[in-house]
Amino acid sequence: MLRLLHIEFQKLRYNKAAKVITITYFVLITFIALIASIEFDFGAIHFRIADQGIFNFPYIWHFNTYVASWAKLFLAIIIVSMMANEYSHRTLKQNLIDGLSKKEFIASKFLTVVVFAIISTIFVFIVSLILGLTFSDYTEFSILIRDLIYIPAYFVKLLAFFSFCMFLGILVKRSAFALGFLFIWWIIENISYAVLKFKIFRDSNIAEQIVQFFPLEAMSNLIREPFSRLNFIQSAADQLGAGFQKDYDIHMSQILIVLIWSIVFVNLSYLILKKRDL
Amino acid sequence: METILTIHNLTKKFGPITAVSDLSFTIKKGNVYGILGPNGSGKSTTLGIVLNVVNPTSGSFTWFDGNTTTHEALKKVGAIIERPNFYPYMTAAQNLALVCSIKEVDKSKIDEKLKVVGLLDRRDSKFNTFSLGMKQRLAIASALLNDPEILILDEPTNGLDPQGIHQIREIIKDIASRGTTILLASHLLDEVEKVCSHVVIIRKGKKLYAGPVDELHVSFGYFELKSSNHEMLKTWLVKKGIFSAIKEENDKLIATLKVAMSSEQLNQELFTDGIILTHLVQRKESLEDQFLQLTNATT
Repeated sequence: MLRLLHIEFQKLRYNKAAKVITITYFVLITFIALIASIEFDFGAIHFRIADQGIFNFPYIWHFNTYVASWAKLFLAIIIVSMMANEYSHRTLKQNLIDGLSKKEFIASKFLTVVVFAIISTIFVFIVSLILGLTFSDYTEFSILIRDLIYIPAYFVKLLAFFSFCMFLGILVKRSAFALGFLFIWWIIENISYAVLKFKIFRDSNIAEQIVQFFPLEAMSNLIREPFSRLNFIQSAADQLGAGFQKDYDIHMSQILIVLIWSIVFVNLSYLILKKRDL
Repeated sequence: METILTIHNLTKKFGPITAVSDLSFTIKKGNVYGILGPNGSGKSTTLGIVLNVVNPTSGSFTWFDGNTTTHEALKKVGAIIERPNFYPYMTAAQNLALVCSIKEVDKSKIDEKLKVVGLLDRRDSKFNTFSLGMKQRLAIASALLNDPEILILDEPTNGLDPQGIHQIREIIKDIASRGTTILLASHLLDEVEKVCSHVVIIRKGKKLYAGPVDELHVSFGYFELKSSNHEMLKTWLVKKGIFSAIKEENDKLIATLKVAMSSEQLNQELFTDGIILTHLVQRKESLEDQFLQLTNATT
């Protein structure tokens, strides 16, 4: 296993673009801390984001994992290109000839994906912990560990997304087209949702029931937007008479759906590679 | 003799096209094999199958004693196909180090093999700065890293300039002289003739011949003849009945033998019958002639 990771690491290590993007990714996540310093001045109203409770435990776990998950697109570029480049450089063929089995090839890629997800998760955890300890109104241990489930959920979300990218890279063979396909897939999911919701299953939640099984939707359901959970947004909504109640919790079933998608993507990647003549 | 590779009734179809058809042959240790065939005859496909990158439609192949999986066996094989494939952003040494990791061999061989192909002074240059000839030599170095039991080369001189072709051939001859089994696919006959002891000839995916290069010389050669009395000579040759073909080429007659006959004997007989030759040469067909005969015979 270490050998396979080492092989993939050797490929990425000398790739300048991959290095730059990876560094950008982690710098971006660190920049969540900068949100703390955002201040608004509306005449008499002085408004500082950090004071609005976004860095309060346990909310910070939700907020940071949500914000950080946007940056995953950067790593998606790396993962898609690390698959597609093997085709365009024809090194996949050479790797197999040199004695790497197709299974090992997929395993080396998947292990790299797992490592990316683990490092990213640890990174978000540490950044959140530091920010929380600095800005949170409550730092009691019992509150601190509440909602910590967002961290493993973040990991699962990344894992699935990266597996999807890996699959697209193998399927499409070209980085740019694979990323385009990712975007198209996202549109397809949204259009199907719209069609289901407004044409087929009007006035019921069957559409949501179906759509939650779509890969991208399942991933985004795992960590929903946290903004409407903020106190000042909630109270503003209440004042406007548009009070809303949303389910922000992470359900085991959602994690399971996303995990199953990861397994499906990895196995599909292997199947494609196995069937294909290079 | 130890068997390195056995191919058994291999068939590969790409849609309606049959690239390889019911192909069987065996590669024994210590020989230098050539796979000959015109472009598109299924050479690369056959190699692709045994190298685990193309899935056969039917048939099978076994590496060595048949007890190892293909990818494990490939770690003991060195192969380059079509064109050199490396990571362009990595240096020669970095690329070879990666191959070492895949093949699970020690990295200490890198400099040694770079020296064999004359690239040691470019070890830290990026692959994308290399010329095609250098890339091809790097590919050979890469294939040699594990001191392979067999070296498989697919059109190794394709697209190279004369100097590059010469360099590659020298390297191949050098490797062959050290007793490494070599399987060389090529459509260049002199290339195969110069280095190979055995040859497999395929055309349209079908095997036409497999065996030692010497035994391919099934014919008895031919005479190039010239006489002042051209017509008389021709009539005599036809009447003699031991020639499979009599052709006129420029002002010479080319008479292909059906049975063995020495030039001395022919000269003697002609002289006795009053035909005096001004030109007499006995030749063996080159591999090229035989190859063309074989591949055309089945058209």
